[in-house]
Amino acid sequence: MTEISRHDVLIAGGGLAGLRAAVQVHDAGGTVAVISKVYPIRSHSGAAQGGVNASLGNHPEGGDDSWKGHAFDTIKGSDYLADQPRAEILAQDAPERVFEMEHWGAYFSRFPDGRIAQRPFGGAGFPRTCYAADRTGHQLLHTLWEQCLKRGITFLNEWFVTRIVTHDGRAGGVVALHVPSGRIRTFAADVVIVAGGGYGRVFAKTTNAYINTGSLTAAAYRAGARLEDMEFIQFHPTTLYGTNILMTEGVRGEGGYLLNAEGKRFMDRYAPSVLELAPRDIVARAIQTEIDEGRGLEDEYVHLDIRHLGADVIKEKLPGIRQIAMDFAGVDPIEEPIPVQPGQHYSMGGISCDENGETDVPGLLAAGECSCVSVHGANRLGGNSLLETLVFGKRAGDRAVEIAGGVSEEAMTGALADALLEERDVVGKLRGRTDGERQIEIRRDMQRTMTDRVGLFRDQGRLADAVRELARLRTRYRRVAVGSGHAAFNYDLIDTFELGGMLELAEVTALGALVREESRGGHWRTDHPKRDDRNWLKHTMATRGRAGQPVIDYEDVLMAGYEPMERKY
Amino acid sequence: MPTKRFTLSVKRHDPPSGEPPRFQEYELEVEEGVTVLEALLRIQAEQDGTLAFRYSCRGAVCGSCAMVANGEVSLACRTQLHGLGTDEITVEPLPHLEVVRDLVVDMDLFLEKNIEVRPWLDPPGPDPPRERLVDPSDWTEAEPYTNCILCASCHAVCPVTGRDPAYLGPAALAKHYRFLTDARDGAAEERLALVDSEVGVWGCDVVWNCSKICPKGVRPTQGILTTRERVKPKD
Ligand SMILES: Cc1cc2nc3c(=O)[nH]c(=O)nc-3n(C[C@H](O)[C@H](O)[C@H](O)COP(=O)(O)OP(=O)(O)OC[C@H]3O[C@@H](n4cnc5c(N)ncnc54)[C@H](O)[C@@H]3O)c2cc1C
Ligand code: FES
Repeated sequence: MTEISRHDVLIAGGGLAGLRAAVQVHDAGGTVAVISKVYPIRSHSGAAQGGVNASLGNHPEGGDDSWKGHAFDTIKGSDYLADQPRAEILAQDAPERVFEMEHWGAYFSRFPDGRIAQRPFGGAGFPRTCYAADRTGHQLLHTLWEQCLKRGITFLNEWFVTRIVTHDGRAGGVVALHVPSGRIRTFAADVVIVAGGGYGRVFAKTTNAYINTGSLTAAAYRAGARLEDMEFIQFHPTTLYGTNILMTEGVRGEGGYLLNAEGKRFMDRYAPSVLELAPRDIVARAIQTEIDEGRGLEDEYVHLDIRHLGADVIKEKLPGIRQIAMDFAGVDPIEEPIPVQPGQHYSMGGISCDENGETDVPGLLAAGECSCVSVHGANRLGGNSLLETLVFGKRAGDRAVEIAGGVSEEAMTGALADALLEERDVVGKLRGRTDGERQIEIRRDMQRTMTDRVGLFRDQGRLADAVRELARLRTRYRRVAVGSGHAAFNYDLIDTFELGGMLELAEVTALGALVREESRGGHWRTDHPKRDDRNWLKHTMATRGRAGQPVIDYEDVLMAGYEPMERKY
Repeated sequence: MPTKRFTLSVKRHDPPSGEPPRFQEYELEVEEGVTVLEALLRIQAEQDGTLAFRYSCRGAVCGSCAMVANGEVSLACRTQLHGLGTDEITVEPLPHLEVVRDLVVDMDLFLEKNIEVRPWLDPPGPDPPRERLVDPSDWTEAEPYTNCILCASCHAVCPVTGRDPAYLGPAALAKHYRFLTDARDGAAEERLALVDSEVGVWGCDVVWNCSKICPKGVRPTQGILTTRERVKPKD
């Protein structure tokens, strides 16, 4: 039986982007539900530490800051791959979005004059990163969740979306599996906003939560949306050795040093003017070079040292970092330097969409890390992605309400019913197959391949290898088996289902990187070490072909008068 | 890296089946630094896909994974096997909340209590064009309470939640205090009325269990006591 549950807008994903969109849909008069595989407050947004950018000019050295400066830094930081008019929107809307969060209760740290505190972040001309100690994401996520509670917004918690349903090329709902019971059903909506976060778990070393598998990105891709610039992955320079938990850039913003095995600061050789506060890609490659050239500790990591800041500053401004270092590495940063290494951190690419979230599929919008607007281009600046979730989450919410309506309910009901049957069949088969390879083996091989071959330093040989290996993994995946067929909380089933999508995203990432013969932002080709604007100032677009293979195409970057220059710091 | 062999004895329970709970043993060999959560994930992926537990961040920030390891309530992602001082480890779900399956408890009951205290800012007057200015000295009291990750550890060690399901509990009361004492809030009177009862601030036994267990350093008991001082004594 098909159950009817209909909303103007269904938001898949309960992180910052999804919740901000939900508030907007509600305030603009639409009916809305948020569907999420975990309780929204468990979303990865809550792990964000450092802060959110806005040119408030609150810092004593930030008086001359302006949205224009923010836009310029974003575009330069993107290595000129960002769509310039959209980066301008990001910067222009920023102060309003941040003030609004403050009005809603977010507990930002304060300067002595009572205004929101701001700290310097890499690649920014002024200190413009607003923060709540080193728990900014937690503050913003809980605040938005509270605002949703206040508005009585419907939450569909622990529903895992397996598929976005389309009819005649238009989105009209989703199929989802209820994690606690194993029940599968459909949810109808005029507009679906996908806000599923990043896919860092495709890599072995990542700062991302276990749940960041990109399954909604894969669902959108399967529903016909194009994926843009997937080869641009941000590797964070400082992740805790062992677990790869993030050590925020704010640690260096507050004055932390990077030291090699000789106990020497080394950033002067890589970015002489800004040293430790160079953009992330540059710092990450610097650290990896130190390690590769034998100046790392145990050939694996370098030290992040904040002892000189003193116990008081550390306790006041970086309490979360201190706690993580003590809990997960047994190191108290007041006494000892923190062991760090680069790790996957953020995906600049994602579901291709415009400044209002609209994708190639009518009725399907995207927002947050899963989307590619594109404001980050080849490299995202720290503090710009929390901002992206707020700015573009809101805009997607507004647009969704504008375009809701006009869907043929009858046709859509039929499409949903068909999709439900198909999906029950897919899941039923997966669940029924108990004889074959377990997903974990394939997953680990994929993660290793991606970190080793599609990582910080890339070249033709490694990338071609990765593409071949990923094809083999997809073949192995066809015979994957779920260990048990029970219905309730069958995480094995969900992991196996998700792995199928992860392999597709990995393939698009590796292929885009193989074809792009230049170095730009997070994409560093040792065999093509220069940026090549003549041939490559363009976005990579991947469409899913009939047989499931990615078809690559290119699109121009939108300009707004910021002439590409060499990105030097 | 040297490894060590552990036996994890995990409490299994599937209430709809009508079967009583039982302990199931899993053996695994792990290197130093491996947490209870990581061990459970390995068991789930390699030995037994039917094992149910919640997780997300693995970094002690999302609040998904509170459970009981060798009798102690803790976040599984923050508890290292090697640190437990024994190679035999029992893992159980949080008490005082209904078990849904294995280590998964019913979070809705817990979160609803949180909603009952109206956990959103209610400032007086219209929003200013910029941020509300606050004197940093007025900014320190509520801050620790904003760090709650709603993991329900406190709920699980509170004697009152164990005997009175109607009690709001330490997490909701801490959340309540967070807004009551927010320098920007203007709804103190209504807020105080919400908790001026035996299922509110007067229900607390003041044994400080919650404040000792909180992985984020929140001290619900302190908030409750301060709130009591602000509520007019009942006639
Ligand atoms: C450790 C860390 C620190 C960071 N710090 C900063 C910072 O200081 N500043 C900054 O600007 N950025 C930072 N970032 C980046 C930023 O936090 C993220 O890009 C941003 O929070 C992503 O938000 P989101 O709403 O797009 O996705 P998420 O918060 O990841 O939410 C995704 C949602 O989708 C749901 N979902 C996924 N798949 C499905 C499915 N199949 N079915 C149903 N639901 C599904 C999940 O349940 C979740 O609710 C950091 C990132 C990391 C990893
Ligand atoms: S998994 Fe997030 S708190 Fe443990």
